[in-house]
Amino acid sequence: MTSYLIKGVSVLGGEPADLLIRDGVIAAGGRADEVIDAEGLVALPGLVDLHTHLREPGREDAETVETGSRAAALGGYTAVFAMANTSPVADTAGVVEQVWRLGREAGLVDVQPIGAVTVGLAGKQLAELGAMATSAAGVRIFSDDGHCVADPRLMRRALEYVKAFDGIIAQHAEEPRLTEGAQMHEGKVSTRLGLTGWPAVAEEAIIARDVLLAEHVGSRLHVCHVSTAGSVEVLRHAKARGVRVTAEVTPHHLLLTDELAASYDPVYKVNPPLRTAADVQALRQALVDGVIDIVATDHAPHAVEDKECEWAYARPGMVGLETALPVVLSVLGEQWELIAERMSRAPARIAGLTGHGTDLAAGTPANLTLVDPSARRVVDPAGLASRSRNTPYAGTTLPGRIVATFLRGEPTVLDGKAVK
Amino acid sequence: MIKHLRSAADLDAETATLILDTAGEMAALAGREVKKLPTLRGRTVVNLFYEDSTRTRISFEAAAKRLSADVINFSAKGSSVSKGESLKDTALTLQAMGADAVVIRHPASGAPHRLASWVDGSVINAGDGTHEHPTQALLDAYTMRSRLGRIAGLRVVIVGDVLHSRVARSNVLLLSTLGAKVTLVGPPTLVPVDIAAALEPSTEVSYDLDSVLPDADVVMMLRVQTERMQDSFFPSAREYSRRYGLDVPRMRKLPEHAIVMHPGPMNRGMEIAPEVADSSRSTIVEQVANGVSARMAVLYLLLGGKA
Repeated sequence: MTSYLIKGVSVLGGEPADLLIRDGVIAAGGRADEVIDAEGLVALPGLVDLHTHLREPGREDAETVETGSRAAALGGYTAVFAMANTSPVADTAGVVEQVWRLGREAGLVDVQPIGAVTVGLAGKQLAELGAMATSAAGVRIFSDDGHCVADPRLMRRALEYVKAFDGIIAQHAEEPRLTEGAQMHEGKVSTRLGLTGWPAVAEEAIIARDVLLAEHVGSRLHVCHVSTAGSVEVLRHAKARGVRVTAEVTPHHLLLTDELAASYDPVYKVNPPLRTAADVQALRQALVDGVIDIVATDHAPHAVEDKECEWAYARPGMVGLETALPVVLSVLGEQWELIAERMSRAPARIAGLTGHGTDLAAGTPANLTLVDPSARRVVDPAGLASRSRNTPYAGTTLPGRIVATFLRGEPTVLDGKAVK
Repeated sequence: MIKHLRSAADLDAETATLILDTAGEMAALAGREVKKLPTLRGRTVVNLFYEDSTRTRISFEAAAKRLSADVINFSAKGSSVSKGESLKDTALTLQAMGADAVVIRHPASGAPHRLASWVDGSVINAGDGTHEHPTQALLDAYTMRSRLGRIAGLRVVIVGDVLHSRVARSNVLLLSTLGAKVTLVGPPTLVPVDIAAALEPSTEVSYDLDSVLPDADVVMMLRVQTERMQDSFFPSAREYSRRYGLDVPRMRKLPEHAIVMHPGPMNRGMEIAPEVADSSRSTIVEQVANGVSARMAVLYLLLGGKA
């Protein structure tokens, strides 16, 4: 195994120092086979994404575990969680083990499958959560993401059941009766554009219900892609009461607003939808305050034909792995300690993932990424490693460039390029 | 001149007035023995209709033919994604055939905007989803001007399912541009609360039809689909009709000069009583005739004719 000396790197924005990587871990000292001049670069613990769609099995034309892993490594990630809405749905031990094995074979990031809460994501009957938990994939996070577990009794049972193996339910908060036919945020832009609205209350009502359920049964709840100022207030209240709830926000909800829908270009169609500037401000503040615990991409690749059409017929979602850190940098600035917490440590902690999100101290697994904060990059969809091109940032200049990423001491990215 | 007519917001007051003036000249033509102008000879206008709308399609077809354009009717009913060709592929086909203008009617809001990004010719929105129907607004404005002599300063009341109405959206935008004052009336479930902020700040909203009629110069009744009942937008057709239908007693509250409009097709007995629809105040049949003139003016000007 090649050893690396990363010279003059600023760990989390600190004074330049040398980092030695040997035998998969951070080493205290000694010689190295390769030297990386890291002057001006910042080292972060490898990023952890609790929310991606890698589309395999089923839509390998949009993404595979391998192409999604490569996109993740290029974005500075060392672990990603793959949502269950594949075809077939990841609702059995067999499917989650397949995804987990594909991740191991790609070997670019640790791919952790998320299991479906209900059979076929249909919201009727619990999937075999225990079998997925004890499978080789060791599933701990369960989600019907893309669909809300809307039935309150089923949600209560799911929250209770996973306590047996320290599981957590990640809820896609969307009251389905309030969002039938919904195309974008309900507000003055949807009114002008004649697109059916997705009201903020459809998210807030489910979060309010779920934090009360989680409190009632003493379980852990994770809220996916929080998108409204009202949701932030519900979460703030729940956390103050001591409810064991965590929450994520996507990079696009921290930066973009519903005004972009005016082009009717479905590259801006996403679920939950882009909200107002006031929501964006509230989400940014909540991320700083810790009411929102983490940033998760909701990386959602789609084939060209699913986006190059009328808005109403397009599938919702945006790719995000390769632009997440630059977007967060543009929003938070160079607050490296905060970024490490929200994009690496806290997601690893929520998921119970060991070996990731740890400080770069001697003896810990060498999962890390090196960032050049002074670089600026114009996002070019054709240059993405993801198999899909549906980025909302085409032509946008974003700060920061991921120079290198290491997974257990092996480089997955060097000089800004994927190693394999 | 603008290239596309996707929204009534594409029109400033000067352009809109030019279209209405041109429509007047086109209308004069209708009285002649030979109703045709050679202006668009050799130009191709495609009517691309993804929804059944015989009246709008015929109106555009008559308009294009009176200007001597070659007209191709392309009916593509049904979802373009679930079966058959995508809108983009259809657009590329029309492009290859050399369409100078594409008139599109589509169930998805914003389809004309998408189409305009894929073809070189002009795109004219003939109704997209629950978004807009700008040529309807033009023919309505033309009708108001013909009957009442002006648009600036008119008080126009639009009644009904504003939420789902492309006619209402286009009318609010165009009438405001031309200086009219619009009041939207309907049950709160069918009038988006932020419609004034969304479209035009001077727009007023009322839930009480009787209170706004005495000051109205124009009352425009929108078609209300009875299916909305199933989605609990209102309890029943009878209750809707009692609260928001224009019947004879309500018509009597209007000033002497006020006119009654409806874009058609009407639900007689629901949003409008037959006696009102057939009264001398009603402009419903005129609106149809004016539709051809207004669409002639749009085609003429967008395809490079000179006024």
